[in-house]
Amino acid sequence: MQRSPLLHWSAKVLLFIACCLPLAWIIFRLATQPVTNPAEYLIRGLGDWTLRGLCITLAVTPVRTILKQPALARFRRMLGVWTFVYGTLHLLAYTWLDKSLDLNEVLRDIAKRPFILMGFAAWLLMAPLAATSFNRAIKALGAKRWQTLHKLVYVVIVVGLLHFIWLRAGKHNFAEPAVYGAIIAVLLGWRVWRRFKPV
Amino acid sequence: MHLIQRPDEPASEITPREVYESRRRLLTGAAALALMPQAFAQSGKLPKLPAVKSAVPGAQTMEKPTSYSDVTSYNNFYEFGTDKADPAENAHTLRTRPWTVSVEGECAKPGKYDIDALLKLAPMEERIYRLRCVEGWSMVIPWEGYSLAELIKRAELNSRAKYVEFTSLADKSQMPGVRANVLDWPYIEGLRMDEAMHPLTLLTFGLYGEVLPNQNGAPVRLTVPWKYGFKSAKSIVKIRFVEKQPMSSWTKAAQQEYGFFSNVNPNVDHPRWSQATERRIGEGGGGLSALFAKRRATLMFNGYEPQVGQLYAGMDLKKNY
Repeated sequence: MQRSPLLHWSAKVLLFIACCLPLAWIIFRLATQPVTNPAEYLIRGLGDWTLRGLCITLAVTPVRTILKQPALARFRRMLGVWTFVYGTLHLLAYTWLDKSLDLNEVLRDIAKRPFILMGFAAWLLMAPLAATSFNRAIKALGAKRWQTLHKLVYVVIVVGLLHFIWLRAGKHNFAEPAVYGAIIAVLLGWRVWRRFKPV
Repeated sequence: MHLIQRPDEPASEITPREVYESRRRLLTGAAALALMPQAFAQSGKLPKLPAVKSAVPGAQTMEKPTSYSDVTSYNNFYEFGTDKADPAENAHTLRTRPWTVSVEGECAKPGKYDIDALLKLAPMEERIYRLRCVEGWSMVIPWEGYSLAELIKRAELNSRAKYVEFTSLADKSQMPGVRANVLDWPYIEGLRMDEAMHPLTLLTFGLYGEVLPNQNGAPVRLTVPWKYGFKSAKSIVKIRFVEKQPMSSWTKAAQQEYGFFSNVNPNVDHPRWSQATERRIGEGGGGLSALFAKRRATLMFNGYEPQVGQLYAGMDLKKNY
């Protein structure tokens, strides 16, 4: 049987490089082109790619199943970890550029503004997933418990979407959140459908 | 420009310390204004609009103006899309001639003004205003126009004229954003009569010595420098004097977030973000270093408290946000 190119070691290297690209693009734009509000551009860009990362990570299983490409599963973890990296950079950029690294200000903001609370909650819920994303953690937890823990990602994506919707609610601007909402509904809906479909 | 304090000036007119200190700090910026090639870099494409420097107190901030390209490529004008890059991209479809502004309502002399007549109604003045957006960013912009009061006086108000309501153009064929249901079109804004009559309230026709670019609200808009930017209606087609407080578009869309007054106030937060500080566009140079430009403290009434504070004497500004 022909071995899938997806199983070649270089596939993971390529994916790693691909995961760096959005960040590289954001920094390249900032460094070379006049961006009117650079801090906003960076914070939003990182936030957009965190949400996109979540969608891409959650698309792995449906795509793998539908296209019958089981080898795709080996990319899921790296995508998840990179999503956490973008989420962390998003949080850091906000803390640094919007709040001048004043942690009290950040805490006040979390307490005061529901959409900030949602964003922070999504990041907090992602942290244990990133922390248990290596093989020894799976062994230590046991596959079953590890899998249960990682179901948290479904909560993360909904909370993350809420963060985005509530941000835009202030400006009555729901076009983009609606697109993400539709994608996320399909990704989660497919899982529900598969679970309950008559065999 | 009047640099000498008149002896008969009331205490409220005396410049507060934080303001004059910031002015001193920015005198270097003012020097830059005189020879500011980079700021004008991209103007020069539109017809000139000659104007004299305004003598209205507060109309000449000494702060360094934001570059023409930033002012004209980053703003909110939902009629052309909800992204701040959309107006510059989409507003070329706006037709600013022929254009009439209907002045109506509680007055003895209503009328329809052709835009070219309106341009000649009073002498053009250049005013350099701070602009503070409710989203937490700010600019410094040289506008051309004259006090709205000039037009209002000619209408001869009756005793029922307590507020002014401004209506912006809402034409789907010229404004792609009007096809989206983000706001209840047309865009409506309003001012209390004393606010509308305040000399700082500018009926604006120009920007950086030229007629307004479409994306900044051509051919005529309002500029109310002590209020958040959205209070300054763009591409105005109707000015109506009314007895009851008008329902402005953003108040209608989200009452708890956007009040009728919407005065710049660092002590009253927007429910979604703090209003204590602002990011001055263009500050911190270009490239990556601009990322780390410090946010500045937002000033009460956007720094125009000496001029407009008395309009709100005795009002609870937390309630009347």
